[in-house]
This record gives sequence, C-alpha cells and structure tokens, in this order.
Amino acid sequence: MQEKDLIPVLERIQKKYGYLPLQALKSVARELGVPAVQVYGAATFFKQFRLNPPGKYQIEVCMGTACYMAGGQVALDSFERRLKIGVGETTPDGEFSLERVACVGCCNLAPVAVVDNVVEKNVTPTRVDGILLSLGLSEENKENKENSNAQGK
Amino acid sequence: MSKKVTITIDGRRISAHEGEKLLWVALDSGIYIPHLCAIRGQDRPPAGCRLCFVEVGGRLGPVTACTEPIREGMVVRTRTPRVDRLVETAFRLLLSDHRLDCKNCTKNGRCELQVIARERGLGPDRDPLQPLPAKTYIDESPRTFVFDPGRCVLCGRCVWVDQQVAGVGAIGFSGRGIRRRVTTFGDSNLAESPCTECGLCVEVCPVGALFFKLPAKKTKGDS
Repeated sequence: MQEKDLIPVLERIQKKYGYLPLQALKSVARELGVPAVQVYGAATFFKQFRLNPPGKYQIEVCMGTACYMAGGQVALDSFERRLKIGVGETTPDGEFSLERVACVGCCNLAPVAVVDNVVEKNVTPTRVDGILLSLGLSEENKENKENSNAQGK
Repeated sequence: MSKKVTITIDGRRISAHEGEKLLWVALDSGIYIPHLCAIRGQDRPPAGCRLCFVEVGGRLGPVTACTEPIREGMVVRTRTPRVDRLVETAFRLLLSDHRLDCKNCTKNGRCELQVIARERGLGPDRDPLQPLPAKTYIDESPRTFVFDPGRCVLCGRCVWVDQQVAGVGAIGFSGRGIRRRVTTFGDSNLAESPCTECGLCVEVCPVGALFFKLPAKKTKGDS
C-alpha cells in the first residue's frame, strides 16, 4: 500500500463497516508506515468519512439555503438537545445518529429532515419531539425530560 | 556551496547564497519580516500563516518570503500598502481565534504574536473580528508540559518537529477549516499518545499554547 492509496482504502473500509473504526485507522497507518495521527488527520479532513458507527435510525437535518432560512438550525439544535449528541455522533445506545446535509431537493417543505430516507417536512422543535417519540426514543429519556420540565415550573 | 548573489531588500544590498529562502536571508540581515509557521531547514515550508508577504520586483502580487528562493539582482520591498493589508488581515484572523489573556500567559513578553504586533503596529483593539467559539479544553496530562488549544495559532511548528525531527508522530492536524486543530490520534490526551515528552514541540511553539509546567505550580495543577 502506498500513500496515494490512502483515500480509496479508507473509502472501502467505510463501505464495509459503515464508518471508520479507530482500530482500522491504526492498521492502515501501520501498513503505510506513517504515524497513526496522520491517517486520523486525513479521515477527519474529509466530510465523507465518519468515525462513529451509524445509528439504527439515521437522522439527516437539511442545512440548504431554504431550510436554513426556514429554521433548519433550530431543528438541528432540537435534535442535538433531545438526543444529547452533536452532529456526526451516535447516541451511546446506538439507536440514533445525527448528520447535517446540504439540500435534499424539496425546498418547498423546508425545513426538512431525512429520517431513515423518509423526508419529514416542517421540522419544528415540536415535530422533532414527535419524530423521536415515534421512533421510540427511550422512555427513560422521556421521563428525564418530563422531570426537568417539572423542575423548570 | 552554491554561488553568492546580491539582492536588494528595502534599499539595502545583501549578499547571500543563491537559492536560500528570502525570509531567512532578510532575518539574518536584521530586516524583520513577520512569520510564524516557517522553520529553518524545511524543504517545503507550509506557508500557512500568511504573514511573511513581501513584494518582489517582477512579480505581479506579493509572495511569501518563506517559499521564495533568492536570485541575483532580486529587488524586495517588505513594506508596501498591499503587503501591509495582507499581513494585517492575516494577523486579525489569527487573533480572532486566539484567547487573548497575555498577562496570565507564560509567553508574555516572548510571544511571537506580540513581536508581530509591535513591529507592524497592529493591536487587538482595532475593530476585532467576531471571535470563534472558545476552545476551553486544556490538556495537562503530560508530566512536564501543558497544551492549551485556546492559544494555538495552528502554525504547525510542533507537528513538524514532532514528525520530522523527533520522529515520534504523536501529534498532527485534524479537521478542516474552522475545526482544524492540533491533536493526537483519536483526540486522546497526550499522556495516552505515543508522546515521549521530549519537549521539542514546546520549544518551537511561538505562542503560549505549549508551555512547560512550572515546578511551583505543578502541585496546584495535579491537585
């Protein structure tokens, strides 16, 4: 393996596992004879690579111009708060992963989120809760949420 | 050794070896050019800090002095309106992502950002750009030094000495654009990385992002 093969190799690893496990990056670095941190740098440089396993439910929030103007960031923030993860991360139970995408081609429904390849339209914070409940966001989280709401009052 | 050539920098005639990089020739002759990322002896300078711009006779736009080999009869000007504008912009961009807290910084007085500000009359108070979200994480895990990303200017000197001089390969760049930072494999702390604590990276850091722990403060940091 040569340095020029790095990206194709990483692509193939991601195709097979759905993400780039750190262990795999280490093996690639060993094969190439470069420090592991260099491979890590390349893997984090490109948006196409993910370092977390994709969740059972994959949520992609659109940040195209129309969705952004219609409150896409609010929707994304809501998902982040409810799932307690950031963009590109997966919940510890492996149920949900969150991504941001640039335009899914249905701007008239803005702001949209794509949940398991199904487009959800007008994603307001209330709708975010609805989507997550329909996917069975664990009861425990819901209770925590209700408790914190109760404390807020 | 290559032949000696004579060049003119800001009206001064200077002779040096052909092919040497302009930045080092100027600095050796006592002519200051701002610079952060370049290290003497690099084959391919990263030219990433965008601070060492100069104008060279015959070239259309300003060029980076760290990448410019000198030639016979070269005429260089280190201060022109175009150069000053580029340097000021680059400097302001750096400051927008640098936690300014000089009086509590161990590099205060020896910081290269302060040198550039003094030499070029630039300051933090001129119409600051919107600051980026502060990086608050500080890695105190190494026994002898501390890494504070909030002060890092991403010059890459530490990465270069770590990989090219020390040959350790503990640190590198990750991410891109606004997320670019100096980090270890898997963003672990330095104590869990291959770092040997040779201290070379600390010595080349132009700002206070990498600094040695003071014996007096060590107990405070450990507690």
